[in-house]
Amino acid sequence: MVMAASETKFHVLAVDDTLIDRKLIEKLLKTSSYQVTAVDSGTKALEFLGLNNNDHHDVEVNLIITDYCMPGMTGYDLLRKIKESSSFKDIPVVIMSSDNIPSRINRCLEDGAEEFFLKPVQLSDVNKLRPHLMKRRTQTNVNKRKAMDEIVSPDRTRARYNELEVK
Amino acid sequence: MDLVQLQRQFVDYRTSLYHEGFLDEQFTQLQELQDENNPDFVVEVVSLFFEDSERLLNELARALEQQSIDYKRIDAHVHQLKGSSSSIGAQRVQKVCIAFRNYCEEQNVEGCLKCLQQVRHEYSLVKTKLESLFQLEQQILTAGGSIPM
Repeated sequence: MVMAASETKFHVLAVDDTLIDRKLIEKLLKTSSYQVTAVDSGTKALEFLGLNNNDHHDVEVNLIITDYCMPGMTGYDLLRKIKESSSFKDIPVVIMSSDNIPSRINRCLEDGAEEFFLKPVQLSDVNKLRPHLMKRRTQTNVNKRKAMDEIVSPDRTRARYNELEVK
Repeated sequence: MDLVQLQRQFVDYRTSLYHEGFLDEQFTQLQELQDENNPDFVVEVVSLFFEDSERLLNELARALEQQSIDYKRIDAHVHQLKGSSSSIGAQRVQKVCIAFRNYCEEQNVEGCLKCLQQVRHEYSLVKTKLESLFQLEQQILTAGGSIPM
């Protein structure tokens, strides 16, 4: 099947050590017309990206969505590794967690996560991914601005930030 | 029983499961995700939950039998069970897990044992009820009808 470049589906890499949640996130993403690769650890995610091969990669991943609590490499560890990589730091990363811990949420968002979803993740959460993906696709210049504030509401909305310009 | 009666029985039964707190809106989300591409999605996810839960309940029983109880390990198992029950909408199981984790934090063996018994009980109830629900669905499909939303 031949597709025009603008019609190519976004490719999301989903990372979760629990089979049920992997199945769920995969379905949510496919329902939203994303192409999905699901792996069960941060290590496998990095392998898939090709991070361990001197940053050589054959696959294009447009967004990474990862569980926070995983044995070995946590979702936060994975986030840090992605953001520290010259090849992959611009891939948006979203974190999921079943625990509503404001300090955890803030730390992830401060360290580069685009969104933080509380589990169980809903279709309405997955709908929030599209702007992050569209922005990357049309963006030629990397010049991000994040708004920061302390308060995390008890429902699913992410923390908001104070003005912080990242150059 | 004719198709219309079956469908009505199904709807009533499903409604009662929500009213009695066995299921919450997450289960509805699962049903809404099911489509022609994945007609067995709900059954598949729920089956994974059954397998996972049985494994975890066995691990928990074993862990609580030890001379020296490893509360961290128990908490890790309960955390998993809480997560999977929440993912399918098994609300009563999830609630017991929350209490269970509190007892773990307090290193209260009596509390933990009580919760294990409770969570086993709630799991067994929701399993039976979901199996009945799926059976009703199957009867409707076999009779050539569609599952009411």
